Amino acid sequence: MSSREDILGRVRARLGRNTENAATARKDIEAAIDGRVQGPRPAVPTDTAGLVAWFEEKSAAQSSSLDRVATLADAPAAVARYLAGMNLPLRAVIWPSLAGLDWRAAGIEVAPRGAVDSDLVGITGCFCAIAETGTLMACSAPDHPATVSLLPETHIALVPMSRIVPGMEDAWNLARAELGSLPRAVNFISGPSRTGDIEQTIVLGAHGPYRVHLVIVERE
Amino acid sequence: MESRSRHFKANAAASLANPVLQTNLKTAKGKFVDKRAIAIKEIDDFEGSREAAKNIRNRVLENLDLWLEKFEESATARGATVLWAKDGEEICRHVAEIGQRHGVQKAAKSKSMLSEEANLNLALTAAGIRPIETDLGEYILQINDNEPPSHIIAPVVHKSLDEVADLFHQVHKTPRKTEIPALTREAREVLREHFLTADMGISGGNFLVAETGSVALVTNEGNGRMVTTLPRVHVVITGIEKVVPTLEDLTLLLRLLPRSATGQSISNYVSVLTGVKTPEERDGPEHLYFILVDNGRADVVGTEFQDMLRCIRCGACMNHCPVYQTIGGHAYGWVYPGPMGSVLTPLYTGLENAIDLPQAATLCNQCGVVCPVMIPLPELLRRLREKQVEKHLRPWFERFALKIWAKVAASPSLYALGSWLGVRYLKWLAGGRDRIAVLSAAPEWTLGRDFPAPEGKTFRELYRKGKK
Repeated sequence: MSSREDILGRVRARLGRNTENAATARKDIEAAIDGRVQGPRPAVPTDTAGLVAWFEEKSAAQSSSLDRVATLADAPAAVARYLAGMNLPLRAVIWPSLAGLDWRAAGIEVAPRGAVDSDLVGITGCFCAIAETGTLMACSAPDHPATVSLLPETHIALVPMSRIVPGMEDAWNLARAELGSLPRAVNFISGPSRTGDIEQTIVLGAHGPYRVHLVIVERE
Repeated sequence: MESRSRHFKANAAASLANPVLQTNLKTAKGKFVDKRAIAIKEIDDFEGSREAAKNIRNRVLENLDLWLEKFEESATARGATVLWAKDGEEICRHVAEIGQRHGVQKAAKSKSMLSEEANLNLALTAAGIRPIETDLGEYILQINDNEPPSHIIAPVVHKSLDEVADLFHQVHKTPRKTEIPALTREAREVLREHFLTADMGISGGNFLVAETGSVALVTNEGNGRMVTTLPRVHVVITGIEKVVPTLEDLTLLLRLLPRSATGQSISNYVSVLTGVKTPEERDGPEHLYFILVDNGRADVVGTEFQDMLRCIRCGACMNHCPVYQTIGGHAYGWVYPGPMGSVLTPLYTGLENAIDLPQAATLCNQCGVVCPVMIPLPELLRRLREKQVEKHLRPWFERFALKIWAKVAASPSLYALGSWLGVRYLKWLAGGRDRIAVLSAAPEWTLGRDFPAPEGKTFRELYRKGKK
């Protein structure tokens, strides 16, 4: 007997499984999956101004830094200001989907590809952002390589205001509506990587970025 | 991992006598408890959320066989391979075979308690695959001669900064560093190289989502993302009880898990991983394997201990346990310490191999109150005690004493005589004072406190006198 049959067989025996109750239970399972019932949710504002303010407050609590620009075209200059202010090089690996912006005019040299170990700055967008916890949702795709938000010490993300949703439930609904099925990797990112393993003292910058900078884009 | 739970009393005594451990435990205790208390206030309906979480976990357990089939179907449809393992040995066999199939020389591991259950690192080494632990805590343990973890989410909670500093200095052969950020950077640099060169990533799984066939991984350090993004092969090792129905259910549980564990609203990284990379994608594994593990779990389904399978491994029960706070995790002797460990260890390794664990509790119910999925831990511990008595596993003197007690308590005259003798003996022991400094029959009890002395008359005597 395979281990699969052995394990499932013992579970079935313990649950008193038979053809009849299996049919009923299968229907319940399909209903649960189709129903997608949400549990209790913390209250988060739903109007745009309130939502953005909430997102900013929670992002700051997660140790992300924040900036705001009026349009996507203003983003490169804002990123250049941030990099200069942090004494970081004006050179970055970037999601290929964002390579079309005029980075050169802002003095930033961008490489549209997956990140390698020597990349110091990574620039990404996001699928959407979650106000409840100050979280970015990044979906992997050929022009959204997951490494760009992971390997560099500095991660800069452009966050369109229209893509800020109240909670993770809303993010899933957006993914279902726009992507159909889930991409290989959905990464929720809430601030820089950190560890508290040594004496429960939080240190920013464990294996991923030391800093996360969010540029909120008011209009697209 | 071989269980040393049989030696609980000796292990606990050693922990109590270890001053460094005692200091480290005191530091950790405050941080975990206070942070959780603040974080749960962010949830308006915390009790309602616990109730909902309990129902989600129960829904799956009540039809676990069918939910597992559903998960398997969804995961397979996305190109993953689902394997099953009855025990630790079979986990090791599967991982070694996968390694051989794909020519793996190095495996980078994100934290997995199941790999501790299976002693996987030893088996990988024997199979010619070099395992690298990448969670900072687990890495510290690995380079310290494969020391076992003492906490399920903070594996080196028993270690001080000084101990880590000495260890890094010795093993990395670098100048001794005393600042935590500098030590963290040193580990980052050593491990970055391993992430980039590992052929296989091994992770646990916080949850399996039946709807989508995904595994959800929660990490702060980013090592969970590394091992599931960079290597060619990703192996997920999880218990069969980790299935949740939908992404909505996952979301609710994610509100409770990090708050209960570390007092965070959300962990820095939550990764929901589904299937293998497409040919066009620049990163992600080409091969994804799920190893669904029994190792004692299937036999708990449908029993009076089924509630325990709701556990989401947050560690809140141990963080709030007066026993854990005093002796730390190693004393428990197996993979899981604290109240959840005192229930799981006897269930998974045998009642007779963990005879003291169900007793290592004051039944104060702190664990039950903080458990995000409402596991009645004290009640389960009590049931395990009952089982021990039914199976005659308690020591002879305890059974003998209980027999005598049963006789005395069932006979009013014997009971009256016993208490008459007792109060007089205690009054004599007090020698005219109102407290007893050393209780000769149980000297340990009076080590840190006095025993109040009775006045010399029993309740029955006083009652009879009052009636006259």
